[in-house]
Amino acid sequence: MDTAAIKVEHVGKTFKLPHDRAVSVKSNLINVLKRRHGYELQHALEDINFEVKQGEFFGIVGKNGGGKSTLLKVISGIYSPTRGNVHINGKLTPFIELGVGFNPELSGRENVYLNGALLGFNRKEMEAMYDDIVAFAELGRFMDQKLKNYSSGMQVRLAFSIAIRAKSDILVMDEVLAVGDAAFQKKCFEVFRELKKQKRTIILVTHDMANVEKFCDRVLIIDKGKQLGITTPQEASSIYARLNVDTQETERSTDKKVRLGSGQVTVKKVTLKGDGKDRVFELGKPLTIDMTLERAKGYESYPLQIGLAFYNEDDIVVCGPNNIGKKLSPSATDVCFTMPEVFLAPGDYRVTIALYDKEGIDRFDYLEKWERFTVIADHAVGGLVEVNNVTWDER
Amino acid sequence: MRLFHRVFSKQNRALLAELVRTDFKLRYQGSLLGYAWSLLRPLFMFVILYIVFVKVYPLGRGIPHYPVYLFVGIVLWNFFTEMTQQSLGSIVGRGDLIRKIRIPRWIIVFSSSISALINLGLNLVVLAVFMAINHVDVMRTIVYTPFILLEIYLFALGVSLFLSAAFVKFRDLSYIWDVIVQAGFYLTPILYPLSKITSITFRKVVFMNPIAQSLQDARYALVSHDPAVVTISQVFDGGWYRFIPMVIVLLVLVGGLIYFKSQANTFAENM
Repeated sequence: MDTAAIKVEHVGKTFKLPHDRAVSVKSNLINVLKRRHGYELQHALEDINFEVKQGEFFGIVGKNGGGKSTLLKVISGIYSPTRGNVHINGKLTPFIELGVGFNPELSGRENVYLNGALLGFNRKEMEAMYDDIVAFAELGRFMDQKLKNYSSGMQVRLAFSIAIRAKSDILVMDEVLAVGDAAFQKKCFEVFRELKKQKRTIILVTHDMANVEKFCDRVLIIDKGKQLGITTPQEASSIYARLNVDTQETERSTDKKVRLGSGQVTVKKVTLKGDGKDRVFELGKPLTIDMTLERAKGYESYPLQIGLAFYNEDDIVVCGPNNIGKKLSPSATDVCFTMPEVFLAPGDYRVTIALYDKEGIDRFDYLEKWERFTVIADHAVGGLVEVNNVTWDER
Repeated sequence: MRLFHRVFSKQNRALLAELVRTDFKLRYQGSLLGYAWSLLRPLFMFVILYIVFVKVYPLGRGIPHYPVYLFVGIVLWNFFTEMTQQSLGSIVGRGDLIRKIRIPRWIIVFSSSISALINLGLNLVVLAVFMAINHVDVMRTIVYTPFILLEIYLFALGVSLFLSAAFVKFRDLSYIWDVIVQAGFYLTPILYPLSKITSITFRKVVFMNPIAQSLQDARYALVSHDPAVVTISQVFDGGWYRFIPMVIVLLVLVGGLIYFKSQANTFAENM
C-alpha cells in the first residue's frame, strides 16, 4: 500500500501574460509586423516535487496567489505543465471546485444529473443515488426550483453531496470547507473521516490551518510558486502563520493610524520584544513592550495612568492591562510592560497604547491599534485565551 | 474499434447526453413557443424567400417543384450555419467547465453539433410534409440522402473544430465568420437555380464548395431528376474532378481535428 498515488516531478508552469491582450486578428498582425512580443512571462510554479502516497490525506497550503490552485490544475490535467511531469496512479476526480458546471437556469434536480454526468455517471446510476444526494444536502423541498433561487450555502451543500459520490481513487478538493454553516461543516468532517477510513487518497487545498491539523497526514507549503517544504500539519501551521506576518509587514505602511491626545506626555518609541522573529510570539513564551516617553515642561515628574488594549482579529479587546496599583515612578520615561507567558489564542493582534493623567481623565497620548503582532502555537486553542493554572486529573 | 470505445466510453456518452439535454432545455427557455422556433425560423425564412422569388420575381421558373427545391436549400444551409455558429462560441461559452474540470474538450463541440443535428431532424420532418403537399414523387435516389447529410455534417464538424479552437485566441473570428456566412449564402446556389448560370467555368467553380455540391445532390436525390437541377457529375461529366469537394471535406475535417487537438491543452489558460 506504500505506492505513490501522485508523483509530481520538477513541475514548473509559466504563463504568458500579454501586455495588451492580443485577442484580435488585427493586434496579432500588428504584433507580427512590429516583431513585438506582446507578453511577459509569469512563473506560477517552479520546481515542485512531491509524492502523495496511496490512502494519504495530503494538504497543500499557501497564501492566495501563491500557486496552490495552479498546482491543483496541473495535477488534475486542466493545465499542462511547462516543465516536469505528473504521474497519476489511479482515477482522479475531475472536480477541483464545488459547483462547477452548475447552471443557474436549471432546476436543482436537473443540475444533479448534469453534475453527475461530469463525474461520469449516466442517468440510471444517478437515479439510483439521487435520493441519497438530496437527503444528504437536506434540500428535498427545493429540488424543483431553479438553482438561481438557491442560497449560496444551499448550492454548496448540493455540490458537495454530489462530489463525494465520485468513485475515484483520488479526490481533489479546493477550499471546500470554507463554506456552509456549522452543522453542514460537521457533516463534511464526518465524510472526510469516512473517506480517510476507506483509505482513499485525498488532496485538500486550503488556508484554514485548523482543518489541516484535523485531517492531513502531511502538508506541502508553497509560496510565490515555490515549494517551501513538506512537513507535519503542526509545523506547517506555524510556518504558515509566519508567512502571513511577512505580508502584513508590507501592508502595514499603508495602514492609517489614529493618534489623539493633548500631548503633555507622549510616547516616543515603542518596541515589541520576544523570543521569536520580530512580531511573532509563541504561546507560553514572554512578550515585552518597551515604551519611551517624552514629558513636556512641568510634567517631568507627574504620575501617569498607562493602559494597553489588545485587540484580536475580530476587534475584540481580549485584555486591557494598566499600571494602576503598580509601582512606577512619577518621573519614569522608560516603561516596560511584560507578559511573562503569552496567553492569547493564536492569531493577529493590535495593541492600543494610552497615557492619561493620574485621575484617568485627561488624555495625554492615545495610539490607536498602533502595534501589530502575531501569536503562534503548536496546538489549537479554543476560545480567546489559553487558561493557565488549570489542571486535569483523575479523581 | 478500441479508439471508438475509448472515445465513446460510458462516461463520455453520459456527459454528452447531459450536455445536449441542457443545451436544448436552455436554448428556448422563457420563450413562449419554445422548441417550435427551431421549425418556425426556417419556415419564416422560406416564406419570405418564396414571396420574393416565386411571386414577385420568379427566379425559379423552369425548376420543377421550385418551392420544395428552395426549402431543401434553406434547411441544409441553415443546418451548416447554425452548427458552425454555435460551435464557434461553444468552447469559450463553456469556459467555466474548461477552466475547472478535466473533461474531454471535443465533447463540448460535439454536443453543440448534436443539438444542430436534432434541429435538422425536425426540419427534415417538415420537409417531408412539404414534399407530400407539393406532390413530389418519392424517387429511389432518396437512399442517398443520409450520405449527403453525412458529408455536410462532417464538413461542418471540421469547420466547427477549427473555429471553436481558434475563437479562444482570436475573438474577431465570430464577426469574420458572420460575414463569410453572409457571402456564402449568395455564393451557394440556394436561391438561384444553377441552370441560370450559363458559364460552365463558373458552374465548376461554384461546385468546388462542398455545400453547393451536396445541396444540389440532395435536390437531385429528393426533388427532381430534371436536368435543370444541375449536379456536379453533370458539370464535370462524370470525371474524377467531381470528387474534389469530398476531398476538401476530408481535408477540412482532418485539419480541424489536428488543429483542435494541438490547441485543446491550452484552452484553460488562454481563455
